[in-house]
Amino acid sequence: MSNHIGAADHQVHRDDVGAKMGMWLFLFTEILLFGGMFLVYAVYRYQFPDQFHLAGMELNTGIGTLNTIVLLTSSLTVVLAIGALQKGNKFLSLIFLYATILLALMFMVNKYFEWSTKISHGIYPGSPELLAKPNGQILFFGLYYIMTGLHGLHVLIGMIVIAYMIAFIHKGKVTPDNHVILENSGLYWHLVDLIWIFLFPLFYLIQ
Amino acid sequence: MADAVAVKSFYQKSTNRHTGILSWLMTKDHKRIGLMYMMAILTFFVVGIIIGLLMRWELISPGRTIMDAQTYNQLFTLHGVIMIFLFIIPGLPAIFGNFFLPIHIGAEDVAFPRLNLLSWYVYIIGAVMVLVSLFLPGGPIDTGWTFYIPYSVRSTTNVSMALFSAFVLGFSSILTGLNFIVTVHRMRAPGMGFFKMPLFVWSTYATAWIQIIATPVIAITILLVILERAFGVGIFDPALGGDPILFQHMFWIYSHPAVYIMILPAMGVVSEIIPTFARRTIFGYKAIAMSSLAIAFVGYLVWAHHMFSSGMSDTARWIFSLLTFIVALPSGVKIFNWVATMYKGSIDPQPPFLWVMNFIFLFSIGGLTGLVLGALSTDIHLTDTYFVVAHFHYVMFGGTGTIFFAALHYWFPKMFGKMYNMTFARIAVVLYFIGFNMLYFPKFIMGYMGMPRRYYDYLPQFTIYQEISTIGSWILAGTIFFIIGYLIHALVKGEKATSNPWGGVTLEWHIPSPPPLENFVSVPTITHEPYDFSQLKEMKDE
Amino acid sequence: MSGNSKHHISYGTYILVWLALLAFTTITVTIAGVNLGRYTLFIALTIAAIKSALVINIFMHIKFDEPIFKVFLGISGATLLVIFFLTFIDFLYR
Repeated sequence: MSNHIGAADHQVHRDDVGAKMGMWLFLFTEILLFGGMFLVYAVYRYQFPDQFHLAGMELNTGIGTLNTIVLLTSSLTVVLAIGALQKGNKFLSLIFLYATILLALMFMVNKYFEWSTKISHGIYPGSPELLAKPNGQILFFGLYYIMTGLHGLHVLIGMIVIAYMIAFIHKGKVTPDNHVILENSGLYWHLVDLIWIFLFPLFYLIQ
Repeated sequence: MADAVAVKSFYQKSTNRHTGILSWLMTKDHKRIGLMYMMAILTFFVVGIIIGLLMRWELISPGRTIMDAQTYNQLFTLHGVIMIFLFIIPGLPAIFGNFFLPIHIGAEDVAFPRLNLLSWYVYIIGAVMVLVSLFLPGGPIDTGWTFYIPYSVRSTTNVSMALFSAFVLGFSSILTGLNFIVTVHRMRAPGMGFFKMPLFVWSTYATAWIQIIATPVIAITILLVILERAFGVGIFDPALGGDPILFQHMFWIYSHPAVYIMILPAMGVVSEIIPTFARRTIFGYKAIAMSSLAIAFVGYLVWAHHMFSSGMSDTARWIFSLLTFIVALPSGVKIFNWVATMYKGSIDPQPPFLWVMNFIFLFSIGGLTGLVLGALSTDIHLTDTYFVVAHFHYVMFGGTGTIFFAALHYWFPKMFGKMYNMTFARIAVVLYFIGFNMLYFPKFIMGYMGMPRRYYDYLPQFTIYQEISTIGSWILAGTIFFIIGYLIHALVKGEKATSNPWGGVTLEWHIPSPPPLENFVSVPTITHEPYDFSQLKEMKDE
Repeated sequence: MSGNSKHHISYGTYILVWLALLAFTTITVTIAGVNLGRYTLFIALTIAAIKSALVINIFMHIKFDEPIFKVFLGISGATLLVIFFLTFIDFLYR
């Protein structure tokens, strides 16, 4: 049977709209995943408004704002990279993608310092310092770690995806005529940004 | 019809260069993937049945019969987890959806064949993780398949591992759903408008939407419980301000729509079988198609009817009770249209049709007792009793499980190109009906009398009902093994099936049995309505 | 339907949108410092919604893509709203 190379292998069936549709559907699952988290947040914020307020004051708005700017800018660079490739400018596209990864790295470094400061102050899930606080604050910080942690994980995955895109462009697997996979990666990256757009005011701007 | 010999079937021709088992494990062919799902899912179905039999055996007499209480707790949890996550959720869409959805819309394959194979592997990984969790130190999970907080955080059994496997299985479900939606939107053959699709496609499409939109919510809920167990975050821990009822909300936000993931494809199969054996176009095609979408939507509005006695607010209780009754409407539309289709049809009572009759009877009982449970006042009396157990077994097993066998009997000749013994099949339908009602109907009575579910022991007055139920379980399980037996026999020694043994008109009956690798020799152009039986004559002339 | 109906958007548009996003970020951070009582959350979420609308429409191209994508987005958004609304029926009336 080994000589029957199947027809399906030969047929280069390409459907860019279908691929994008699949990506959007995947993004909806992500939205609903984070939506579940936001629901938990909403319920507890409704139950403990004052505690959330107090706990929110302890977060560093400066770092949060900086990270917002970094992430928004990375969204811009990724969309510029797609635009550049569409116009046939491979070199420019690569530059923008490297910039995106660099910005994502900046975001993660900021996050690292933010978390490690908090942890060094003894505030992390299950720490005696945190458990001594009122319930609403325990929940706030629990949610803070889970939600920003899950988001950070998505940033990491996004970095890996974009690194692959860079490799694909170098290898010629992603070209100006065939770049739906790059567009899909871009969509994923924007989703990461979108989630942060909501996380930011909910955690850092409760003054 | 006659050229079946000339075309190589998908068994003889592979999508890759491998031979033997590798040509299956690396395949991108939706039909082979469907069959691989069938192998895996049937295996776990049998495991689930055996666990069920053990539980029934334990309950044949009061007190200890064959196992201790902790083992019993673990067994009913496993029975639930395996039957729900490994059998009934993937059962119809992953096997028959994979095999027939592309054929039904005149496509060569699903939109993302590689993703399709991946989802099978993800399923297998999840299933293996369930099995591994049984043997790791700590022992099998004992929380019940609902994983309710706070016990699921305190239990020392392998809860995290079992939860994570449910997370992984959810991923597989999402990938399948995603694939089907894109396939339906992008791969339809020329002329196959949305309202020319067979109703099985419609219902699978609606199911796919639920899979995509609902599954992530259980994913995050599961992650939260795992994190809770690992770090003691406090999200659902009342001692730290968390709310266990919020867990129940999030669990049922998925798990109620999941009920429709289980039943909708079954309703689609019914809509396929009835017109074929009534030789009559389906009554109210658009109403059935739209009611699938309506069920998918309304399914999101009713989840908290699982929580009437949880301590949530009274306002929420009556609102959810009210909303629950709405679900009866689209389901009623379907039942009405099926019966109307049979009216004045020339009914040919072949085995698949008899299975559907079985379904309509059992599912109606399940549906009507659902109204009893959906009404707030009666639910307070019946909640967490055997009445609930009987209700969901009538709906899930009597509904989806029965249709699983109907689909198996309907499409078996197409999938394998062999025909089974008709007499055996008719006997099986009758035995199944008897065994099923003996097993589950006494549970309605016991539940009404106050027998709580999940109890290891019971009062002497329930003995007679428990005995009937256990004997019923033997008949039912025996019938299922009988079915598996004669189907396997048919595989080996059955007569060759023709391309259209039942006289169906949807696209799968236009192609040889078993289908060729590419499904269609040339891309079909669709001119007929899906259930237009006037084409039967042309099909015979071909 | 024939492949990609590519809408080439100029770099300028993207940069304008980015500037708008930064502007909204500045506004929301500034407003957060002012005590507006119970409107604080409402305003913060409105600004976040405007920002995400910009990202979804322009950066994610949904404005120029197949119309069905918008329907899909509507479905998932509506589902999320329903889930929030019905869950809060419980918590609001406890």
